[in-house]
Amino acid sequence: MSTETESIVTAEARSRSVRQTMRQVRRDENRKAPSSANKRSAHRRETAAGYGFLIPWLIGFVGLTVGPMLFSLYLAFTKYNLFTEPEWIGFDNFIRMFTEDPNYIQSVQITLVYVLVGTPIKLAAALGIAMLLNYRDKGSGFFRSSFYAPSLIGASVSVAIVWRAMFSTNGPVDDSLSFFGIELGGWVGNVQLVIPMMILLAVWQFGAPMVIFLAGLKQIPQELYEAAEVDGAGPVRKFRSVTVPMLSSVIFFNLLLETINAFQVFASAYIISNGSGGPAGMTNFYTLYLYKRGFADLQMGYAAAMAWVLVIVVAIIAFILFKTQKSWVHYAGENR
Amino acid sequence: MTTFEAPRIEVVENSLEPEPQQRRRVKRKTVNTIIWFVVLLALTAIVLYPLVWLVFATFKPSGEFGQNPGMFPENPTIDNYFKVLEGIGGTPLWRFFANSLVIAVAAVVGTLFSSALAAYAFARIKFKGVGVLFAAMIGTLLLPFHVIIIPQYILFNKLEMVDTYWPLILPKFLATEAFFVFLIVQFIRNIPRDMDEAARIDGAGHLRIFFSIILPLIKPALITAAIFTFIWTWNDFLGPLLYVNSPELYPLPIALRLYNDATSTSDYGATVAVSFLALVPILIFFIVFQRFLVAGVATQGLKG
Repeated sequence: MSTETESIVTAEARSRSVRQTMRQVRRDENRKAPSSANKRSAHRRETAAGYGFLIPWLIGFVGLTVGPMLFSLYLAFTKYNLFTEPEWIGFDNFIRMFTEDPNYIQSVQITLVYVLVGTPIKLAAALGIAMLLNYRDKGSGFFRSSFYAPSLIGASVSVAIVWRAMFSTNGPVDDSLSFFGIELGGWVGNVQLVIPMMILLAVWQFGAPMVIFLAGLKQIPQELYEAAEVDGAGPVRKFRSVTVPMLSSVIFFNLLLETINAFQVFASAYIISNGSGGPAGMTNFYTLYLYKRGFADLQMGYAAAMAWVLVIVVAIIAFILFKTQKSWVHYAGENR
Repeated sequence: MTTFEAPRIEVVENSLEPEPQQRRRVKRKTVNTIIWFVVLLALTAIVLYPLVWLVFATFKPSGEFGQNPGMFPENPTIDNYFKVLEGIGGTPLWRFFANSLVIAVAAVVGTLFSSALAAYAFARIKFKGVGVLFAAMIGTLLLPFHVIIIPQYILFNKLEMVDTYWPLILPKFLATEAFFVFLIVQFIRNIPRDMDEAARIDGAGHLRIFFSIILPLIKPALITAAIFTFIWTWNDFLGPLLYVNSPELYPLPIALRLYNDATSTSDYGATVAVSFLALVPILIFFIVFQRFLVAGVATQGLKG
């Protein structure tokens, strides 16, 4: 459940070669063994061994992922409070969500603002600083580690507490801004500033995508830049025509991952608002609202319906990203 | 973007007759490097400021919060630490640490055990259905966890496991963190098959190959998985919030919430002190393993 702190490894490993690995697995599977009785029994032994090794994963997959998914799909069409039997109500939960629940609409709106504004800023910061680090190898290790540290702890309760203190009235941020004549007061209780504050918390964790960008940048052959220079390309042109295309697969996976992660912000919103989602519902992010409906109000059918709407939204976003990647993502070794 | 060393060597070689143009280039390079350092140092200061602020804030008396926004305490004190050691609501602080440690260690053991087994099957055994199952596992990587928390809660409630650590630990023993399976699969794929094929010819079965050949070779991947599992579990808030109700069973993040709720206005000093103490194990992990976490993993991910 710690997905909020998505790490470098995740994206790394995925960005590489989900497709490649899949292909390899299929190839292995299809490798036909010559059919003789001996071979066939060997085949059966392999199958037994395969499923044997997979037993723990299979139990978890069926019992804790697929089963619960289907059950929550069923619950989405019911009224259920954990103590009485689920009562089938058809599409009522979904209708209520979009027509009778202003809190839900607000929750969707602030979550979308958070995701659509925060993620691009975070990725831009990650790419910019990765390029800065890539300028020079010597001495960059220290900076890289320092910048990565927030990604590791950013979703923790401790950091949320610090963040709230930093942005409270007369806190360090308020104080520094006052020094420049900007009187904003505390950000935490301010309806307009609390989302920017949450976005800053997300941007502060730019280190994980940065490390991935940096690894990607190091893979770009220097000759490409040299060739571009010979052709008279300036820094902007080099960025647009060399860096971005060569990095597009990494950008794609960072974008996919960070977007999906951003939808799942929970602990920091919970701590910063003391579990209320306040002020005026402005930190009532999707996950927090779902938690409150499902586990505080015990409206588990409604919460399940909310969860499924999120799954569908995430699926659509992933689908769009995957579909559009053909037009802008360039995989090494492919000629376009 | 040549590195800084290259032109400098050139200068040494041509030092008898340095062309003026070249000397100017070297000078510009040096200036660039200085600017580079200064910019990055400034960025580091900004990025690490909240953490440094936290460290100093733990020495501020509670009355100073809201009055003294600066980094340094005006009247430094270590009372906050004495206060938090007593714990909260009758539970001593060490208890929360011990609880967190128990959960995190169990989660690490479970994740390594189940993920390595599954990864071996996906990477090395050819059997019917492996492709479909592997695709399904990849699919779960992108699944928002919201959709399973409610039914999982109902399930664990039916099994009367609420208010125990089982709901937090059991899933780890069932490889539900698909990402680690994937990580280890990738790692095993990079190991040449020669050795296990030789072992097979000598009559070794999969169990034997797994334990004697593969397991020792995938140590780096296991260490990475262990570190991340530990840190994620240590930080996890939603899991224990749902499943752990008794204060004496609270892990740190939930205990922190107690401090935060009960004392946010009256005793800020204690709250920041506990917040800092809760981060210490992670920071130590980070400092010890940072090369491993950042460098090792970053390069490993993209070379394919």
